[in-house]
Amino acid sequence: MPLPPLGIFDKAVAAATNSYQSIATVTVGSGGATDITFSSIPSTYTHLQLRITARTTIAGSATDGIYVQFNGSTSSVYAFHRMVGNGATPSVGQGTSLTETYIDRITGGLSPSNNFGVAITDILDYTNTNKFKTIKSFGGFDSNGSGNVTMSSGLWQSTNAITSIKLFLFSNGFAQYSSIALYGIKSA
Amino acid sequence: MPATYDSLATTTLSSNQASVTFSSISSNYTDLVLIMSVKSSNAVRGYNIQYNGDTAGNYSETQVYADGIGTTYSFRTSNDTKINVSQMAASSTNEYVIGVVNIMNYSNTTTNKTLLTRWGQTSTDGGIVFKVGNWRSNNAITSIYLYPNGDNFASGSTFSLYGIKAA
Repeated sequence: MPLPPLGIFDKAVAAATNSYQSIATVTVGSGGATDITFSSIPSTYTHLQLRITARTTIAGSATDGIYVQFNGSTSSVYAFHRMVGNGATPSVGQGTSLTETYIDRITGGLSPSNNFGVAITDILDYTNTNKFKTIKSFGGFDSNGSGNVTMSSGLWQSTNAITSIKLFLFSNGFAQYSSIALYGIKSA
Repeated sequence: MPATYDSLATTTLSSNQASVTFSSISSNYTDLVLIMSVKSSNAVRGYNIQYNGDTAGNYSETQVYADGIGTTYSFRTSNDTKINVSQMAASSTNEYVIGVVNIMNYSNTTTNKTLLTRWGQTSTDGGIVFKVGNWRSNNAITSIYLYPNGDNFASGSTFSLYGIKAA
């Protein structure tokens, strides 16, 4: 069994084999999806990772943003910081006391039909009841003449263990063939 | 639960080399991850990726660069013959630049192929880069070709390919 890459192992501790596991995958069908929710997330991992390939149904735009809420919480307890490049000008942004946190921008109806945005989002220490929950995300899209690439961090100001994750778009929903996979990472 | 993150192949160069190829890539995974530790045989150089032998202008990218001392910029390429995925440190240093490339949904035949890459270098011409790249093809990726913009990959450079399998 291969060891996870980029890991740092203490010689006194046995490595955790098979420590990166697929929990669930959602692939959007022909009708699209308003949002995607992972529920009843097991507490047996240390970290979670979302791997996203997605497109929005929004017709009048080339792009839209993905947002996240945890455990059904819609209170104003989320925040984010991000750095974005659009191929011309880098920019930064932030938000506090929000009702959701931000992941990435993906392609919309004005982008070529087979062009999807992607993101990899890590949710760290998601079961730890002594910590607020932090996410970091890296994602973007490129449509051969336009695009966005984003590095962001997000915060949910709750010490509750995460048991559900809801992903939704600023406008409209996820288009067919969008796919979001949830993985769990175990510690030794 | 079955293994989800598999090592597919690793190459450690025993001599300077002009390119590295991963071929006959299994279609059994969802995403691919390239982890590379690379130095140049001479000067600082970027290096690139092509898929399935496609050398036509079917690639594009959008990136952010920051040098840590005040310069930050974003630029893009269009209709390019490759995607620049990382950079090599000069042969005069002991630094091997780490590049991590995630190739998402590489075997999906209904979507173009998008990658995310990031790297950082602290020696000459140092900085950090994060980038998204696109290959305008719905073909599943079966081979990966990596080559530098001049000079060679130095001996000791490593290239590791992993497969991630979704449920």
